[in-house]
Amino acid sequence: MHEETVYDALDTTHGGGGQWAFGTGFDDPLAGVELTVPDGVDPADLGAYCLMLGDDALVLAQRLTEWITAAPELEEEVAFGNTALDLLGQARLLLTRAGSVGVLGRSRSTATDSIPDEDALACFRDPDEFRCTGLVAAGNGDFAQTMVRLLAASTVRLAVFARLRASRDPVLAAVAAKGVHELAYHRDHAARWVLRLGDGTPESHRRAQAGVDAVWPHLADLFTATDVEARLAAAGVAVDPAGVGDEVHDVLTTVLTRATLRVPGRPADVVPRGRTGGHGPELSALLTTLQGLARRHPAATW
Amino acid sequence: MSARAGWPLYEVFVRGKRGLNHVHVGSLHAPDDEMAVHAARDVYTRRNEGVSIWVVRADAITASSPDEKDPMFAPSGDKVYRHPTFYEIPADVPHI
Repeated sequence: MHEETVYDALDTTHGGGGQWAFGTGFDDPLAGVELTVPDGVDPADLGAYCLMLGDDALVLAQRLTEWITAAPELEEEVAFGNTALDLLGQARLLLTRAGSVGVLGRSRSTATDSIPDEDALACFRDPDEFRCTGLVAAGNGDFAQTMVRLLAASTVRLAVFARLRASRDPVLAAVAAKGVHELAYHRDHAARWVLRLGDGTPESHRRAQAGVDAVWPHLADLFTATDVEARLAAAGVAVDPAGVGDEVHDVLTTVLTRATLRVPGRPADVVPRGRTGGHGPELSALLTTLQGLARRHPAATW
Repeated sequence: MSARAGWPLYEVFVRGKRGLNHVHVGSLHAPDDEMAVHAARDVYTRRNEGVSIWVVRADAITASSPDEKDPMFAPSGDKVYRHPTFYEIPADVPHI
């Protein structure tokens, strides 16, 4: 008799070691990737840019994690967990890269030596050292607002990563090449929910519209390059955020219109605050939760 | 809350990387067919198990009844000649 489960194949791909519970057949996204900094690029700029992209992922992952045990459905809770873990994986690669080119600064003097760079950067930087945008730092709101924010954030990040695949920095190119598949799914998943909530019941429509109105002002902070981004974009390493604004607004307008939601006017671009360390109290509160355990027990392992 | 309780049950079938056919892996609730595929992806393939997913509403499945187990299946229990074990299988025929 042929008794098959999908887990049998996993076990054999892993040499029959019975470790399928941890997953198998995974690819190392940095396998064979050159780690030297490209010619003519200031390592401090490259590190700062890695922090921008890494912090966006880390902070949004933490926001999504806040839904664990609180999501409206078990299935959606797992989806939040998966999305958060995708982003956390991106954050780890980017923070590790940032650490390797020397951005640790204060966080290294605060953290114990046994802590890897990525953990020192995630858990031992103060809020003013974070380079995430206000779009990801803002609180979740309700489920509808969370999905609108995920739609906006994944649309922005997918547009950036799609271009970043051509970066002269091989690490950024590899991280982007891995990330676009994850981000395409995040965007698709969020878009499906926004369609259903916007074009659902009067209550779901009202909440989705309120979510759009709450998220929209954060789009002002996204599409003006900082000096670091401008220098790196000129060097073919970074993506100029000004170049993705139209695409992002086109995608969001398409989804919201189909969802019967009113599209707010495009907010005027402002000088980036989050990218230069200007954050509100919401990020501090998030980091208190994210960093509390590591700071209290800096040598803990598990 | 009542609306949530109204989400239909779906049965999930996944074809693994080396699998030849879709295999039942479990069930879940989802608001509609498309979201059921997404939920199945998120719940049942998050450890790299699958390359293809089928979902079907549980109420679309017609099943045999446990009460009919003996009349349904006992008659085939003593008919060994229905097994093709009397044939020589060539060495180069896979998947048997």
